[in-house]
Parts: sequence; structure tokens; C-alpha cells
Amino acid sequence: MSNIYTLPFDQIGDADIARVGGKCASLGDMTQAGVAVPPGFAVTTDAYLAMLDDTGLRGALETHLKDLDLEDFAAVEAVAQTIQTSFRAHKLPPAVEDAIRAGYANMGADMPVAVRSSATAEDMPDASFAGQQDTYLWVIGADDVIEKTRDCWASLFTARAIAYREKNNIPHIDTLMSVAVQKMVNAKAAGVAMTLDPNTGDRTRIVIDAAWGLGETVVSGTVTPDNFVVEKVLQEILDRNISDKHMELVGDPAQGAAVERAVEPPRNTAPSLTDAEVIAVAMLAKSLERQKKCPQDVEWAFDADLPEGENLLALQSRPETIWSQKAKAKPKNAYATGLMSISNTLTNPYGGKVKTK
Amino acid sequence: MDAKTSMFPSAYELDAPKGAEGWQELYPYYTRFQPSRRGEEDQKFWFCNSQHWPTPFRSFDTIMLDFAIKCLGQYNSRHLLIPPANGIDYRILNGYVYFSPVAVAPEDIEARVPMFMERAGHYFMNWDDLLAKWKVKVKGAIDDLNAIEFKALPETEELEIVTGGVGLDSTNPLFEGYEKAIELCYKIWQYHFEFLNLGYAAYLDFFSFVKEQFPSIPDQAIAKMVQGVDSELFRPDDELKKLAKLALELDVADALSTGDADQALKAVAGVKGGDAWLAAWEKAKDPWFNFTSGNGFYSTDKYWIDHLDIPMGYVRDYIARLKDGDDITRPTEALLKERDRITSEYRDMMDEEAQDAFDAKLGLARTVFPYVEDHNFYIEHWALGTFWRKMRELSALLSDQGFWPEADGMFYLSRTEVRDVLWDYAQAWAIGTEIHGGDIWPAEIERRAGILKALQSEPPIPALNNPPDVITEPFTIMLWGITSEAVESWVAADDAGDELRGMAGSPGVVEGIARVLRSPDELSELKKGEILVTPVTAPSWAPVFGKISAAVTDIGGMMSHAAIVCREYGLPAVTGTGKASAKIKTGMRVRVDGNKGTVEIIG
Repeated sequence: MSNIYTLPFDQIGDADIARVGGKCASLGDMTQAGVAVPPGFAVTTDAYLAMLDDTGLRGALETHLKDLDLEDFAAVEAVAQTIQTSFRAHKLPPAVEDAIRAGYANMGADMPVAVRSSATAEDMPDASFAGQQDTYLWVIGADDVIEKTRDCWASLFTARAIAYREKNNIPHIDTLMSVAVQKMVNAKAAGVAMTLDPNTGDRTRIVIDAAWGLGETVVSGTVTPDNFVVEKVLQEILDRNISDKHMELVGDPAQGAAVERAVEPPRNTAPSLTDAEVIAVAMLAKSLERQKKCPQDVEWAFDADLPEGENLLALQSRPETIWSQKAKAKPKNAYATGLMSISNTLTNPYGGKVKTK
Repeated sequence: MDAKTSMFPSAYELDAPKGAEGWQELYPYYTRFQPSRRGEEDQKFWFCNSQHWPTPFRSFDTIMLDFAIKCLGQYNSRHLLIPPANGIDYRILNGYVYFSPVAVAPEDIEARVPMFMERAGHYFMNWDDLLAKWKVKVKGAIDDLNAIEFKALPETEELEIVTGGVGLDSTNPLFEGYEKAIELCYKIWQYHFEFLNLGYAAYLDFFSFVKEQFPSIPDQAIAKMVQGVDSELFRPDDELKKLAKLALELDVADALSTGDADQALKAVAGVKGGDAWLAAWEKAKDPWFNFTSGNGFYSTDKYWIDHLDIPMGYVRDYIARLKDGDDITRPTEALLKERDRITSEYRDMMDEEAQDAFDAKLGLARTVFPYVEDHNFYIEHWALGTFWRKMRELSALLSDQGFWPEADGMFYLSRTEVRDVLWDYAQAWAIGTEIHGGDIWPAEIERRAGILKALQSEPPIPALNNPPDVITEPFTIMLWGITSEAVESWVAADDAGDELRGMAGSPGVVEGIARVLRSPDELSELKKGEILVTPVTAPSWAPVFGKISAAVTDIGGMMSHAAIVCREYGLPAVTGTGKASAKIKTGMRVRVDGNKGTVEIIG
């Protein structure tokens, strides 16, 4: 697949990061580091640029976005609607379409895939773009993949995204969009794992949220997930809170979509992961943290179609931002060592519960 | 909380168990709560040290309590000037031992710091040299003990005594031997604490630092970073494993398989390869069979070397496991690798400044920690074992002279009363009359044995009076696991719940059938895969750790023997539950969570 418009995950190199956005870059990274990641490819920002330039969309966008009044919600919303419509009114340039068809055909006939946006601005500090663009699950057929790719591009111009960029002085046209097309996981259970405790910043802990089916229910908060706390170094489960997971998101091949399904008792209150699976997820998150050298926020899933031992997949891994920023801002500490320290410790064991002066 | 509603009872309000009236006479006056001191004694917090003294003990055994606690104190208060801590005050109540740490007045702490730094600094800087000297001193004391011989007084003194103009008789070596043995025991206890307090201090500094970095880090993770894999405490067990392997290699396992140890040793001598195996067995015995199935503090302790059936039983167990294809070797390389992994992973999570401090503290902790583990073999096992053997020889000799019918009757007497007995023996021998003790001691020993039995029938009250707002005394926390949380859990000791709380001694979670053992004599009842539940364990129980799936103890912190050995064997352990051995019954199904420090009775 030698074209500039698509790039399989296993070929994404460091030089390509600007062309594939944060999400795809991370998937490429993981794939090449030997982490089990569902296969797929990136539709590069070159494809997006071709879309803007070959179809005349760029001119239309520039006109619509000129002199926006952020205070006027209705006007911004109207502009967003117009842009969405004009994206959908244009076919993709033939070379881009061919590249996507070829990339999709490579994955196998009528493979169900997830189509996700991978914006270049996601990596900007404190620009928590994540979640502002679209994700389409269980997409089947090249036509649908192409359509959802275009929808992802269009999602750059929701009223919220436009307003965000205006407010932060980010040029609209310079924010480029790549799209990830990734083999759909037939998730038995899925969720997120953070390599620190989000409540305390405690780096010795890995905190896992898990639910039945696809992990989107966990990310979006539509299901109260099971919560597990794992000691990172000793690799032991410290805590488990099993909740009532009333529904799950599962693929429906007939509809070509992910659908919600009620979870009946007693499965709803049964743990969505075995202890061994909890440890496996924790070790996956830990290895990603070590690989990327900073705390990570990992999306993962157990694939029902894969054999045990090979069924845990990483779907995404991004750096944790909140506590990592705090740690950087923390003043440097000088620590006492030697006898003076021993003397202090004896007088004030456990950080000075007893003051002697 | 006012005095009227104190958390724990006053020593002065606790009655003796029925049948134990008069127990006070079994122990010296200075170990008792004296009525004249009630006012001050009730103001102090006392906790029961059932880790080292799990059951009421005989009068003679007070020697270990006296020496241990005096010598612990001397290093804190007079040698090293540990800034905030003097010694630990001790009392005996209803046969159980109660401790109360003695703090230094806040205004006096600072003045001790320079002296502490100079003195402790000298030890830390010259640790290896001083420790090499220490080993020589301890081995010297053991040799001196072994050289003591107690002989019955002769019918007639040897002619040479007369012709040589000696002018003394055989009572002198008898008296001297006794005094010498007591003195050596006392020296051994001084040596015991010469390094120990410092070892704990350095470890505590490392421990506190890591806790400050990672407030939620499990205590056992910190212990794992400093623990050695080649502690001499593991040698006796390793020797048995080697002997089991050798028995299979030499094809002498069948000869070893039946009868008591003597019969097995005779049988093995008669088969091909038997000589080589016996030579290995003899070589292992000294010093490694100087290993007690208790903790060395009781005259009832059984040392392997005096009870060869114990190590022989373990060798047979190991042979059986080898035949089943089990790998019984300690995976020392894997353990070291795991220690390095844990250490580097925590270190990686620290910032640079913290990493530097961590490296320095870890270095010192690892230097001192081997002593914390190894001393136990030298002192409690080897040296005290030798002392007890000598005392048993004396007791048997006096029994032969008609002082008491049982060979071990002497241990019902205090060490001061033994001096009277020796005098009684000497004067009657010299004068040519009968000893008086034969009319006195048999009945008195029987009376005391009855009192002791009554004392032993009741478990101790875990503490007396009110605890301080926070317990911070470093040694109390490290050695006995006495923390504010632990004390709170004792208060809630009577709740009806099915969950017991203790210290997370060694990580892992396991469910299984409980086996409650109250004494080492019951060890043979353990079946493979069972969960050991016991008031306290001793290092010589090591061979059973290969059989069990988890351990639960009533008393003990993360540095207790059970915790150390379980971490070594990769078994979950919950220590310091206060009451597991009383609440759990053999055969119950329990879930041991060594990460959280909980034990749940499932059914």
C-alpha cells in the first residue's frame, strides 16, 4: 500500500506523527512495540488535505468561518451545520477513495471496523480534544468506511470544536484530521486502565474500570463499571468493587452497528473480569507506561473471538495529563540521609506524628 | 476518655484464673504489678507481648525475659542514646508478659542526638568489622558453654586433690559451672542487642522514607527490597533438603523411611551408600541442627539436635516430595531477581533527588539487614540451645540426686532457688546427711505445675489501660506490629463478624482449609495445602512452609518470622490478628488476603 493517503499501523514511523494524529501514532507505536493491538490503518492528513483542496471545500470553509461572533451561539451553530452539509455534499477524491478501499480490503472481506478520528491537535497541552470528535463502531463495507471517514473529518467543525479553536486562537484550517480504521473487537469485556490513582496521583497503583461488552459504555459513563485497584509493582489486586452493569454495547452485524443490550441477572452483578484478567490488564498498562516513560490512560478489551492468553488487546494509550503536570510543578525536595536522618526518623517515625519541638 | 472508661482493664482488676491463685510466687517481685504503685502503673499503656512469650512459662524461664529486656534497654538508654527511646518496661501478669516502652522526655531528646550520632555512627561505619568480631564473641560464648560439665559429687575426693594440696573440692566446679552458664547466657543476650537496635533504626529510616514517597505502599514491599536470600536462618532447612536429595542419589531413602530417628540411622548404616549419607548428616548437625521448634525463650523448646526425630521427619517429607517430582530448592536466583525488579520499579517512580536519597538509605538498610535475620540463628538457636542443653543436664543430675522425680524438674524453680538447691546438695554431701530438697520440691513442683496449667488455660488480655493517642515508638511498631490501628482492632476483638484484621505480612490471596496449631508438637498434623493458623511461628518451622498455602498468626509485625518466611516462600501471610487461633477452628474454610491483611471465615 504505497500511497500517501493511508498508512497501516505497523508502518507508522516517528516521522509520520504529524500526518496521522495522536491516536494513530499511539496505535502505530504500540503495534511496533509488539503490544497486541487490533490491526488497521490510518487515513492520513494528506487525505484530508486532498479532500479540502481537490473539492474546493477549503474555500467554502474559509468563507464560512470568517468573522465569527462567538457570542452568537445560533450563528456558530448555523455555520457548523452548513460545513457539515458541505462535507457530505462532496465525494472523496478518487485517489483517496481508492486508497481507503484498498486498505479496507486488505483487512479481510467485510471486516467490521471502528472508524475513529485522530486529530493532530489532540496532543496539544491541555487541549483535551479527546471525545470531541466522532467514533463509529461496527462499520461494515468499504462504502460505509468511506462515509464514516468523511463524517470524522466533518466532526472537526461541530459548533463546540469551532468555538474551542476560536477561543484558544487555534487556526481552523491548520487543525488537521487523520482517521483510524481499526478491526472491530468483539469485546467480551472492556474498559480503561490508568497507571496512577486518578484520585490521589498515587503512582504505585493501577486503577481499572471494566464493564461487559465494548468499552465505550465505560468511557462515556453510561454504565457504572467494576472498579479494580492493583498494586503496580507487587502485581496484586488490592481492591475490587463490583457494580450493577445494567447494559452492554455489542456489535450487531445485521445492522452494521454497535447496539445496547440489557444485561440480565445474575450476570449484571458478576465481575466482568477474573482476577487473572485484572492482572493481565494491569500488566498491559504497566508495560505501556514503561514504554512511553510516563503515566498512561489505556483503553483495552478482551476479544471473545481470540484464544485465552492472546485475547487482551490495547485499543489506545495516551499520556495521563492532570497528575503529570502537577508533578512537574512540584518544588524540588532535599532529603536528609545518614545518621541525621535516622535520628529524625526515630524521633518522628512515619513523618512526624509526634512533634518534639 | 477518662480513667473510669479506659479501653483496656487495669492490671489490678484482673483476677487469676481458677486454680492459679498464688501464681505471683512463680516470678520475681520486680516483674509484678505492685499494689503500692497502682497510681503510676495504671497511667501507662501495657501491651501483651505474646509474640515472644505466647504462653505462661516456668519460673526458671524468667531468665530469658529478664536478660532480653534488660539488654534491649541498655543499648537504647546507656550505649547508643537512641534520642527518643529508652528501654521497654516489663511486667508479668497471670503468666503473660506485658510491655510498656519508656520514652525520653521531649526536652531531653536533643541533647542525646550528638552522642547518638557519634556512637551509632561508629557502628554503621565499621559494621562489617564489628560484626566479624561479634561472631567470634558469640562463638566463643558457645564454646565456653559447651565446655561446662556438671558432674555428680564423688563419694570420695580423688587422692590427687589431697596430695596436690589443692584444698578445694568438687562443689567448686559445680557452683562455678552454674554461675558461668548464667553469666554466658547474660553475655549472649547483650551481644544479641549490640547490633539489633541499630539494624532496626536504619531499616526504619529506609522504611519511613519509602512510605513518605508512596504512602500506600504495602509494608511487605519495603521489606522485600532489603531482604536477603542467603540468610543463615534458612540454612538448617536447606541442609535438610540437601540430605533428602542425597538420600535419593545414594539410594538410601528406603532405609530412612521407617522407625524413629535412631532406628532409621541404624538402618541406613547397614546399607550401601549409608556411610556417605551418615557423614553428611553428622556434618549438617553441627551447627545447623541447633535449631529450635520454638523461639529459644522456653525451657520446653525442642532443639533438633536433641530431638532428631524432628529433622528426620522433615527429611522424610522432603524425600516424599522429591519422589512426587516437586522442586524443593529455594529459587534464590529468582528471588534475587524479583528483589531487584521491585526495587528498581519503585525507584523509577521517584524524582531524581528522591532516587539519590533512596539509594543511600537502601544501601545502609541492606548492609544492616542481614544481621536482623542472621542473629536469630546465632543467638536464639545455636547459643540459647546450648544453654538450655547444659541446664537440662544439670536438672537431670539433680533429679538423680533425689531433688525431683522428673528430669526437667529444675525449670519449675527460679534461677535463684537453683542456687539454694546446689547448696543443699553440697552441704548434705559434705556433712554426710540427706538433702532437704527431696522432701520439699516434688510437692512444690507439682503445685507450681498446676498453677501453670491453670494460667495456660486462659488467653491473655491483649493490653492494659489506655493507649496513647498515637503509638509512635519505633521499636514497638517494628518488632511487635503495635500501631494505633492494631490497638483499635483489639478493642473490637469481641465483634461477631467473620473477618479478622491483621498486618499484611506477605502478599497474595488464598482460600483453603485452616489447621490451628497451638504448639510445635502438633506440626506433624499439617496436611499439604492447608492454611496454618497459630499464635506465633518460629524459624525452624521452615520445612512446613513448603506444605502450607498461607499462614495466619495472632501476634507479629511485618518483621515477624512468619512474615519473613512467607515472603521467602511466596505464600500469603496475615500476622498480628490478635485472635485468629482462638476464633478459627481446624477444618474451617478461610480466605487469607495477604495484601489487605484480612482473614475471612467462609465456612
